[in-house]
Amino acid sequence: MVNPEQAGGAFSLLWVIIALPALGAALILVMGNRRTSAFAHLLGCATVVVSFALSLVELVALLGRDESHRQVVQHLYTWIHAGSFHADFGLLYDPLSAVFLLLITGVGGLIHIYSVGYMAHDERRARFFAYLNLFVASMLTLVLADNYLLLFLGWEGVGLASYLLIGFWQARTSAAVAAKKAFVVNRVGDIGMALGTMLVFATFGTVSFAGISAASGHASQTTLTILGLLFLLAACGKSAQVPLQSWLLDAMEGPTPVSALIHAATMVTAGVYLVVRSSFIFDHTGAARTAVVIVGAVTLIWGAVIGCAKDDIKKALAGSTMSQIGYMMLAAGLGVAGYPLAIFHLLTHGFFKANMFLGAGSVMHAMDDDVDMRHYGALAKALPITFVTFALGYLAIIGIPPFAGFWSKDRIIEAAFADNFVVGLAALIGAGITAFYMTRLMLMTYLGQKRWADHVHPHESPTVMTIPLILLGAASALGGLLLLNNWIVDWLAPVVGSATAEHLPVPVAVLTVITVIVVLVGVAVAWLTVGRHEVPRTAPSKVSFVTRAARADLYGDLANEALLMRPGDEFVNGLVTFDDHVVDGAVTGTGNAFSGMSATFRRIQTGFVRSYALSLLGGAVVVVFIMMAVNLT
Amino acid sequence: MSGSPFLILSALLFTIGCVGVLTRRNAIVVFMCVELMLNASNLALVTFARVNGNLDGQVAAFFVMVVAAAEVVVGLAIIMTIFRTRRSASVDDASLLKY
Repeated sequence: MVNPEQAGGAFSLLWVIIALPALGAALILVMGNRRTSAFAHLLGCATVVVSFALSLVELVALLGRDESHRQVVQHLYTWIHAGSFHADFGLLYDPLSAVFLLLITGVGGLIHIYSVGYMAHDERRARFFAYLNLFVASMLTLVLADNYLLLFLGWEGVGLASYLLIGFWQARTSAAVAAKKAFVVNRVGDIGMALGTMLVFATFGTVSFAGISAASGHASQTTLTILGLLFLLAACGKSAQVPLQSWLLDAMEGPTPVSALIHAATMVTAGVYLVVRSSFIFDHTGAARTAVVIVGAVTLIWGAVIGCAKDDIKKALAGSTMSQIGYMMLAAGLGVAGYPLAIFHLLTHGFFKANMFLGAGSVMHAMDDDVDMRHYGALAKALPITFVTFALGYLAIIGIPPFAGFWSKDRIIEAAFADNFVVGLAALIGAGITAFYMTRLMLMTYLGQKRWADHVHPHESPTVMTIPLILLGAASALGGLLLLNNWIVDWLAPVVGSATAEHLPVPVAVLTVITVIVVLVGVAVAWLTVGRHEVPRTAPSKVSFVTRAARADLYGDLANEALLMRPGDEFVNGLVTFDDHVVDGAVTGTGNAFSGMSATFRRIQTGFVRSYALSLLGGAVVVVFIMMAVNLT
Repeated sequence: MSGSPFLILSALLFTIGCVGVLTRRNAIVVFMCVELMLNASNLALVTFARVNGNLDGQVAAFFVMVVAAAEVVVGLAIIMTIFRTRRSASVDDASLLKY
């Protein structure tokens, strides 16, 4: 239920949180790369860090308020007013926005700081920071918007920034293509968002969350289900869920901090945010919620399977992101019981995935930008800080107690079992596969025999890169504290409501033990298949069907090509042929007919004045005869 | 009063003019034949005005005279120019403007 009050006091500074990174981006972009290269990285970091500080201030202010008064809205100005359509530029600050602000500016800020070191040798670093700032500003707009239209503005801004950043090294064809692919696939999701916004206005006569929240109970079931499905489509695009998952793996073409930003703090979390923010719609439609759960369950297995077969360290992590977001979607689809769990997993995932991506960046930094894990091995000694922090993230993602991921994932698995046995089983199996591929990644990268070439000399990254790693590693280890005393669930209750007790077929403790056992089995399998043997430097080609499918991203691109691209091509080719022959044929045919006629008739113009005079006379005689004939009758 | 003799004269003059325009090559003669046709029609107009007892035809005849005077100025100038450049006053020689 969204029922905000007017902002006052500390909350009147909400707009500054968005304005700072936006200003940073604008300043750097307007002044240009060369003129700002001396200070752009400092400006970029400072704006986000100050935003983070402000977010903390706002959080404290919000904590100081009574639980029933924890939703405030800051009305900045009327954005669009036309007839009965009205959209404000208003900011909604509630417990949900609050945790997102901290995640985006906190994790985003650490990624900014890390980028100072990572992009140090890139001559377009200033531009890079402008794009990062734009990304953060758009995401902040998205989570602070108090209506769907403003949310859409942030949504598109995020899409634009991701396009610019994935294709940052646009001289590389693969990067340019990946950026375009991400943009196009996102556009499919955006159709859902745009149509959803329109349908919301058509149904409720307003686009503000507060207005819709108050009226959502009166709308027809069908409308609400369609709305839910449209927003699910939107979420699938942004959050890389099946069937719009294909852009995420290619998005690894961007610089590594971008991958971290996309996967942890911004972009892919937007879809989950949209579903949770639209809880007032999803609460009333079981059908749409079921669709969300199915999408989540399919994606979490899908991404995990892909993660198992990838030798590219970033792509393995990307598969893992897809899978973890699947967990969040699944939880969000469970309804009131699941919303806080989705957000909780989103937060812990933000910590450990940012940590691991930045760790992967650190490894690439050490290995001269080689991403093939088959060329790594035994890096633990060469990169001690990266190894330890990465290990914390690893323990968190596979769900070993007491690290962050255990608390969030275990709760989702419980909730899934309480809802439906099959869904719960999918979540449980997903946890096992996660343990397998993450252990495989750890073994291939940090342990075993060294497989790198002699001319490579791995070295630990500079301090500006290791400090974010250490902080994020600590967050990965301690993120579970958010669940202390069920805090996160109670905290989000004013926004998404609170659930009644779950009914599990078995005691919670038993399920927890089973989950941990499944995880340990995954680890053991990875140890047996990868850890015990020497890892070949080139990927073996004689592999099972499943591995081949997973290496090809489970044929997602192939399916898109066969189902959408080829028929589209054929259709367009047909239209071109029609245009060339039928439309152009009619136009040029008419022209040819007239020029042929004129070629014949111009022979009349002989140039002899007397023949003209004769035809003049003949014409006059004819006219006279006609006049006589008319007069006689 | 019967107008027949005048009208017959007018038709005769008009026909002479017509034939002259169609058959003669000398531009000056063609030009004179055109004037002849104009005056033939003037004669017819005046005759009808006389027969009908009103002034409409007379007024029309004045207009024709004014136009004919203007035409003489322009036409003779053209013929002079053509003669100066081509050393010929034949209307058949000036046949460049064709297909």
